[in-house]
Amino acid sequence: MNAENPKAETLREDVEHAERVPTTGESAGARTVAAVPAKKIEGRSPWALAWDRLRRDKVAMISLLIIVLIALMAIFAPVFTAWTGHPPNEQYHSTGLTLNGLPKPPSSTFYLGTDDLGRDVLVRIAYGARISLLVGVIATLITVAIGVVVGLAAGFLGGLVDTALARLIDVVLSVPFLLVAIALVSITGPSLTVTILVIGFFSWASVARIVRGQVLSLREREFVEAARSLGAGSSRIMFVDILPNVLAQVIVYTTLLIPVVIVVQATLSFLGLGLPPPTADWGGMISEGQAYYRVAWWFVLFPSVALVITTLAFNLFGDGVRDAFDPRTDQLLNK
Amino acid sequence: MTNPATTPAATSTGDPLLRLEDVRKLFPVHSSSLTNRDRDFVHAVDGVDLEVRPGETLGLVGETGCGKSTLARCIARLYDVTSGKITFDGRDVTTLSRKQMRPIRREVQMIFQDPYGSLNPRRRVGSIIGDPFSIHGIGSRQERKRRVQELMEVVGLNPEHYNRFPAEFSGGQRQRIGVARALALRPKMLICDEPVSALDVSIQAQVINLLLDLQDEFGLTYVFISHDLSVVRHVSDRVAVMYLGKVVETADVDELFETTRHPYTKSLLSALPVPDPDIADSRQRIILAGDVPSPIKPPSGCRFHTRCPKARPDCVKVLPPLEPVLGDPPTHSAACLHPLEVGEDMSRSTPQIDDTETVVQLREEGAK
Repeated sequence: MNAENPKAETLREDVEHAERVPTTGESAGARTVAAVPAKKIEGRSPWALAWDRLRRDKVAMISLLIIVLIALMAIFAPVFTAWTGHPPNEQYHSTGLTLNGLPKPPSSTFYLGTDDLGRDVLVRIAYGARISLLVGVIATLITVAIGVVVGLAAGFLGGLVDTALARLIDVVLSVPFLLVAIALVSITGPSLTVTILVIGFFSWASVARIVRGQVLSLREREFVEAARSLGAGSSRIMFVDILPNVLAQVIVYTTLLIPVVIVVQATLSFLGLGLPPPTADWGGMISEGQAYYRVAWWFVLFPSVALVITTLAFNLFGDGVRDAFDPRTDQLLNK
Repeated sequence: MTNPATTPAATSTGDPLLRLEDVRKLFPVHSSSLTNRDRDFVHAVDGVDLEVRPGETLGLVGETGCGKSTLARCIARLYDVTSGKITFDGRDVTTLSRKQMRPIRREVQMIFQDPYGSLNPRRRVGSIIGDPFSIHGIGSRQERKRRVQELMEVVGLNPEHYNRFPAEFSGGQRQRIGVARALALRPKMLICDEPVSALDVSIQAQVINLLLDLQDEFGLTYVFISHDLSVVRHVSDRVAVMYLGKVVETADVDELFETTRHPYTKSLLSALPVPDPDIADSRQRIILAGDVPSPIKPPSGCRFHTRCPKARPDCVKVLPPLEPVLGDPPTHSAACLHPLEVGEDMSRSTPQIDDTETVVQLREEGAK
């Protein structure tokens, strides 16, 4: 679904290369310098190439657009309040609830209806996006940071460090995440920080495992030996020489991890372990709305749709990123 | 192409720049059974004595697996030696820590075999060549860039290509990048680990000539590793021949090619292609029997006795020392009990030992 014809795409790239490469003629010399006009020669980095491929991927670009829109919605959530005149936690007992005290369906006052306490669902979805994205991004960053450092250390330093860290990874992966999360939250009480830390702490192991595997093969490469013969220390080799080579995989994994984290956060909220009540967040809204699904379909439907669209957009975008970084897999699949 | 200024006669007055004394490097072999506590070792480098004088090129030849590259990595201190002593420029560097090695790293640099593997694919060429500067904290950003571009010019690359990635260069150009990186700190010695064997023949000549020009320009000392004898003959002042982790013969290049003493060297040289088909037909071509013995269990006595056409019973028992034989000049040493005389036709000799030694070994290996 990426490009219609990946072969034609690579061909085009080859042609572009071939046109530029002759200027680097093997024996170089003055001729080359003279032949190159004042135009600056800038090698296209692997990142630039990946971005080029990504830009041609329609699905990924549409997903990116949706992600940007959701992010804008989260950032400018107060605009929704100004537009509708409804603050997110304001309860409209008279206008927002039916005479029986049930949520009101979508109307010209409440565009997406109201919830069981007479609050505006649209405004609350906008504010909920803040929580989802915030947790999604921050918890993922923490996860990736820990995972990359642990993976690099385990893979590169080897020996006892590797043994200890690899076992730690196994232990963390084998811990039943939800049970521990429930136990932890019941001790500390629900809060944003706890949610983020819990997710970060239980997800790094898989990142670490991926990074470790990559590093194990990278550290045997000759350029690592070259760096060492120049006098580079271990930390320099790890972060300057090896890290850029695992970054592509890490970025792919990161984009695919964000939707997972968003869903996990929604799950925790759904179970009542997310954020303390008046705060609007999607998992909590779905949890409250499910009790009313017979009488107020909008109450449970709209937050769910928001969650699904967000995670779908991130997932499709992540797929696009993966294809962009590794065009070979796409070609293999088409064979 | 060998410049008179770099011949040993002109520069051999001082002490050797590099001296190896009985250097050994063993790699443990992981045995499959858990209970087997006594481990086997691969004797990659097994007691090497060498000297490299300032300004000369020492060619190191031998077939695949004879320990050339391991020896190079020991000299560059990428591997810690198991035993022995390495002296560089009058300083014992055998056991220096990584920190203590830093100033010495500036003086010994390495050029690697694979121009594809030795450059980080994710970094720009400018930053790869500038690596030595940033590792040793030399110069400001601007200055580093200027010096990198100078280096690129020196090795025949277009300095405008500073911002390109290794993937955008050909094999020969990449090897030039590797050379530029090795030159950055103005080292005294370059260890070239088969620097041209991964390149096209037409490109090999360019890179070799570049190396020779640089040697003249910067007064470099080379340890030049190769399995290509014609390349070694072209670049070297002296040659050391390795077999199974040991140096079997060392001499000035012409001396080695003309008055070969060690049967292994002789057979190695006989493999050199000759451009004239008539001569090629008539000359003696020595084809050795069997394979190189396992470096895990090297043969007793002379390592070469299992394949040597001249082997006699004492070769099995006595390890021949590396010393001048048959009245050779002191620069020419061979480790052989029955060295070849000038003009001796080795293809007529037959081993004077029965195969017992070999058979026993084979039986042992079969039993494993």
